[in-house]
Amino acid sequence: MSILVWTYIIVGATFALYMSIAWMSRVKDTKGFYVAGGGVPPLANGMATAADWMSAASFISMAGIISFAGYGGAVYLMGWTGGFVLLALCLAPYLRKFGKFTVPDFVGDRYYSNTARIVALVCAIFASLTYVAGQMRGVGIVFSRFLEVDVNTGVIIGMAIVFFYAGLGGMKGITWTQVAQYCVLILAFLIPAVAISMKITGNPIPQLGFGSAITEGPHAGRFLLETLDHLHRDLGFSEYTSAFGAGNKSMLDVLAITMALMVGTAGLPHVIVRFYTVPTVRGARWSAGWALLFIAILYTAAPAVSVFARYNMIESISGVAYEQAPSWFKNWEKTGLLAWVDKTGDGIIQYRAGEAFKGKPEFIGEVGDWGQRMVKNPPTDTPNELYVDADIMVLANPEIANLPAWVVALIAAGALAAALSTASGLLLVIASSISHDLYYRVINRKATERQRLRLGRIMIGIAVVIAGYFGINPPGFVAQVVALAFGLAASSFFPILILGIFSKRVNREGAIAGMLSGIGFTIFYIVQTKFLGVAPWFMGISPEGIGAVGMLINFAVTFAVSHVTPPPPQEIRDLVESVRTPRGAGAAVDH
Amino acid sequence: MQDNKKQYWLKNLRLMLVLLGVWAAVSYGCGILFVEQLNAVRIAGFPLGFWFAQQGSIFTFVVIIFVYIWRMSKLDREHDVHE
Repeated sequence: MSILVWTYIIVGATFALYMSIAWMSRVKDTKGFYVAGGGVPPLANGMATAADWMSAASFISMAGIISFAGYGGAVYLMGWTGGFVLLALCLAPYLRKFGKFTVPDFVGDRYYSNTARIVALVCAIFASLTYVAGQMRGVGIVFSRFLEVDVNTGVIIGMAIVFFYAGLGGMKGITWTQVAQYCVLILAFLIPAVAISMKITGNPIPQLGFGSAITEGPHAGRFLLETLDHLHRDLGFSEYTSAFGAGNKSMLDVLAITMALMVGTAGLPHVIVRFYTVPTVRGARWSAGWALLFIAILYTAAPAVSVFARYNMIESISGVAYEQAPSWFKNWEKTGLLAWVDKTGDGIIQYRAGEAFKGKPEFIGEVGDWGQRMVKNPPTDTPNELYVDADIMVLANPEIANLPAWVVALIAAGALAAALSTASGLLLVIASSISHDLYYRVINRKATERQRLRLGRIMIGIAVVIAGYFGINPPGFVAQVVALAFGLAASSFFPILILGIFSKRVNREGAIAGMLSGIGFTIFYIVQTKFLGVAPWFMGISPEGIGAVGMLINFAVTFAVSHVTPPPPQEIRDLVESVRTPRGAGAAVDH
Repeated sequence: MQDNKKQYWLKNLRLMLVLLGVWAAVSYGCGILFVEQLNAVRIAGFPLGFWFAQQGSIFTFVVIIFVYIWRMSKLDREHDVHE
């Protein structure tokens, strides 16, 4: 059977599964809608958290980016997992004890201010929207390649499905679908990884395989990483495993990006709310542990997949005549995510360091001498002739390694599970920020259960449409956009939450000033460097890492302003005291 | 009673700081600051610094959280604040 038929079968079956779970866990009250009734077992919550948090970027883009960045990919690996340690040790148990529905709830109550609540909810919406945009673009890419539909159609299919299960089941619906989605995505990631690891190194465990020796071919008997370093040197790239130096980011930049991603992870509202769904403080600790364990399975396999993909790609196309290029090469050329310009006119694909041409490929609609799609981009003067979008590496990997069609189809299902689970978690945060935090807590305290539930569902609908718009008109590269969302979360929430728990002196005035200055600086810097073409002026730190600086500014401003204004009232200090001990954590309440 | 809570909180903070120290040492230390020195050491096919940056730190993070869960459960019971 062809890849397309397999894809319809596997994607169809998984979607049917998600839909039936959503139908079975549909909710009738706000408690089920916002915190899944508060009774999710920690193991299941760990799985749901892992799926919620591993996005299209983790599944599709990350291994691809690492594949091209080599050592530099560590910022994503350490950054996104390291944040979980902060979350588990410094936030999750205390926020669970606090026991409300959302992150702005904590901020609003701890800082006894509706202004702080509104600043927090604007930050939550902002970070979530930036993030969800990346997910929808991921859905579009997967559909366009595997179901052979238009990207826009793919996005619309994805929108309809997310709306169905997030709108119907709220947090309860998405929690149980996310458990299923975790299983799908981890299998989809591991099966090809194991198969490729076996093929190249004879070791079935990819985590170990990429440190093993190659079993066949011209490099047989040599260590894979060493071989890759050699290939890189020969082609003019910097060595795969070497850390700093020409062509790599500076140490300071790597530190800043890693830190921004770590604290950003710990501050992401859609991850934090997951800890409100377990019954106890102990359950919150356990679910953070399970979540990181489940995440680590994928995150330790990803660097292996990157190495296999990199090796396979260089081996199968570098120096090969275009007419003899493997079929995956031509399949992906059709999607426009891969392009070749024959600079030397010899029909042979030259893969070297540097850009092949300026910008993303724009095809003129004609084919060249060898059948390649011609681009109108002006070529650069590097010897490199190949453009490869990092986003395709995971998706193309099984095709590159000649794995059977059903494995290729499984990858599509996994990528969709990753994108949809994260999208639904984020949409719920956006919807609850507006319907719970803004409408119920600020505008109309007398709203009935039914009104609030209906408004929650309407807000999910609106958020889906906005997310779909960004999916059709993507603001940029998937993982980079996601990295920005992390920066925004890092510079707004993290310091406020930490100080709210660990300091009794920090007050309303400090929190508001801190959030505004942190996120203000971060947005200003990102807009300057990403959109206005200004060079990164703050010690050469790239926009992905600037959230770390924003966070420090937030900490400093919050502290300074708090110490020159009156301390918080006694009941707030009692509240802080009470979140520090586990006993007495009741179910989450909304008043 | 107040004293007990204070003790509990101080022990909690100490545990947290020790574990965060390990967290920073493997990620920022082994993975970034001293990566080049560690890369001179090779275990099997892995340059050690590269391994810490891409895999070793993640394994350590998982261990840190489970140690935290275990120690905190014990601490909760010792100070009679468990649920």
